[in-house]
Amino acid sequence: MSETMTGAEMVVRALQDQGVEHIFGYPGGAVLPIYDALFHQERVKHILVRHEQGAVHAAEGYARSSGKVGVVLVTSGPGATNAVTGLTDALMDSIPLVCLTGQVPTHLIGSDAFQEADTVGITRHCTKHNYLVKRIEDLPRILHEAFYVAANGRPGPVVIDIPKDIQFASGTYVRPSNNRHKTYRPQVQGDAEKIRAAIALMAQAKRPVFYTGGGVINSGPQASALLRELVRLTGFPITSTLMGLGAFPASDRQFLGMLGMHGTYEANLAMHGCDLMINVGARFDDRITGRLDAFSPGSRKIHIDIDASSINKNVKVDIGIVGDCAHVLEDMVRVWRSASPQVDKAALKEWWEKIDGWRGRNCLAYRQSKDTIKPQYAVERLYELTKDRDVYVTTEVGQHQMWAAQFFKFEEPNRWMTSGGLGTMGYGLPAAVGVQLAHPKALVVDIAGEASILMNMQEMSTALQYRLPIKVFILNNEYMGMVRQWQELLHGGRYSESYSAALPDFVKLAEAYGGVGIRCDDPAKLDDAIREMIDTPRPVIFDCIVDKTENCFPMIPSGKAHNEMLLNDVAGDIGSVIDEKGKMLV
Amino acid sequence: MKSHYSDAPAAEPLARHTLAVIVDNEPGVLARIAGLFSGRGYNIESLTVSETEHEKHLSRITIVTTGTAHVIEQIKAQLGRLVPVHSVNDLTVQGEAVERELALLKVVGKGEQRVEAMRLAQAFGARTLDATLTSFVFELTGGSDEIERFIKMMTACGLVEVSRTGIAAMSRGAEGM
Repeated sequence: MSETMTGAEMVVRALQDQGVEHIFGYPGGAVLPIYDALFHQERVKHILVRHEQGAVHAAEGYARSSGKVGVVLVTSGPGATNAVTGLTDALMDSIPLVCLTGQVPTHLIGSDAFQEADTVGITRHCTKHNYLVKRIEDLPRILHEAFYVAANGRPGPVVIDIPKDIQFASGTYVRPSNNRHKTYRPQVQGDAEKIRAAIALMAQAKRPVFYTGGGVINSGPQASALLRELVRLTGFPITSTLMGLGAFPASDRQFLGMLGMHGTYEANLAMHGCDLMINVGARFDDRITGRLDAFSPGSRKIHIDIDASSINKNVKVDIGIVGDCAHVLEDMVRVWRSASPQVDKAALKEWWEKIDGWRGRNCLAYRQSKDTIKPQYAVERLYELTKDRDVYVTTEVGQHQMWAAQFFKFEEPNRWMTSGGLGTMGYGLPAAVGVQLAHPKALVVDIAGEASILMNMQEMSTALQYRLPIKVFILNNEYMGMVRQWQELLHGGRYSESYSAALPDFVKLAEAYGGVGIRCDDPAKLDDAIREMIDTPRPVIFDCIVDKTENCFPMIPSGKAHNEMLLNDVAGDIGSVIDEKGKMLV
Repeated sequence: MKSHYSDAPAAEPLARHTLAVIVDNEPGVLARIAGLFSGRGYNIESLTVSETEHEKHLSRITIVTTGTAHVIEQIKAQLGRLVPVHSVNDLTVQGEAVERELALLKVVGKGEQRVEAMRLAQAFGARTLDATLTSFVFELTGGSDEIERFIKMMTACGLVEVSRTGIAAMSRGAEGM
């Protein structure tokens, strides 16, 4: 099956053959032939964003909520450089993307031509892999290969840089027979011997804990189902990273909540005090481990990861299993069932009693107010009023993100889209655009801060153009809240440049874009206002005026271990808890 | 000192490892490897690269690096996950590998100095590739230590220029890669 066509036509045909329905992009000189090819067909729908960073985040939201590969199309030079933040974000959070960039004609590469940038050079460090297409003969193979590389193994972004003369050139298109790369073969099946050894450790554990991450989500819904099965079979407690929320139902008694810097008391203490840690698809990030030399000192550790370089990178483990979460979990469930081990019931009971004691501390409690809306309360109400709906949540980055992670309960995977690794302010709104496209009937809410939202505010236009009824729920405290919190705790309350001065009127701004604006500053009226937002079948910006000084707890301060976390009631003297070295760090 | 980030690890013994990395000879592959080393803060002592199987477009990159056992393991794992990398072979773990490099030295001098240069070159088994009335270009192939010694000697005899290839290495014994 081969046909002669231009490079630009090959690009569009390859997208069709890969089953791509939506791409996010912005036209420009070096991609005009591809835009022309898009014009002549209807199978691939192009979503015009307002900034290339928005295109990549939208594709991330689309990919993360649907399990498909997100596709981006941007022009050369500034088009490509604007995409860099999004690509880095996707690399850090392992989101499968294919980003097509235009390039100046091959004979002009290196001449500092108009809108020329060394795109493969610039994106080499922020992609899983990238290509510069120099011959039309290579284009079909590279297009198909890119989808394979993006989606297989540890997922990530792939850039294909296509010079304009290659887009015009004529060649033979080859359909994907198998998408495989000629040598890239990620290991998906875990080592059987190690899996048996892991189950043997689990069978003897007295104080075990599952610590799960975004790898479970990336592995697909099957992995979440298998995780639930294994956790229920064993009866062990489970905690999750920010990226892994939803893989295990938050309402389940075995779930201890999120762990890490702003994780729950019970999750962090369970990690600290466990005798066996079973890490499934998480990567011992520094926001999780706190001080490494005091991290879970008395435990044996099992680590399941598809990326061999994640194993023993930050934390030395006893059993490292390279493989895809779903495959390994399937084997673990089978081995556990066939062994049906005699677990130490008395020890486990004691462990659970200890955990329930920590739970009783009620670490997420906050002081309620009748006069001002507490940000935690706002997220709680948003959750209560939307939980029976088909709801997807994206966030920006900062305090609101942590409160969303703490107070919004996710029962299913792929419902929670947030920038975890890179921490990109401005992620949530474009991501919501992508999510809404993948799930047209769902309720999609971007829980935002008033500072973050302004970073990619322009994507409201995109939402309006495509009639995407996304809801932007701004916790407006007139501060870059997380920066202010750190300045309060570490820098003597000198709020250097963290006040959001000259804020726009978000209600008018929503209206200016053609959407609907809602403002609420009264806790008594909050429920009605949220209901009004939900019932509005158009894009909404909800300006939720919240307590300006609320801080995000619990918190593991700089320089401290999991068992030294701070709770809300000691907030007053937190400044004295962090030492000099801690102040140097974020 | 305590910090949220881990403290720098206590000094651990460093080891020198020679890695043979088989890669697709595609544009940018060397930049990818060199960039990985600079981006993650690893050392490169020597790096050589050349296509070794033309039909398959395969290149062999020989990297000499130094690091703690943990860092060396990370280097191998990080190299291994690059898409165009076929295999990463730690020749040091497999036993004392054969390691050779080639050096070209230009020596300028007259009279006794020139005679001494010639004599030393013969002693080291260097080849004379070029000679004028006032200069020589010598070629020496050998282990790095031997080349270092030769260069040191020649410094006293009017050495003006050195060019070295870096290390090419191969495991001993019958087993191929």
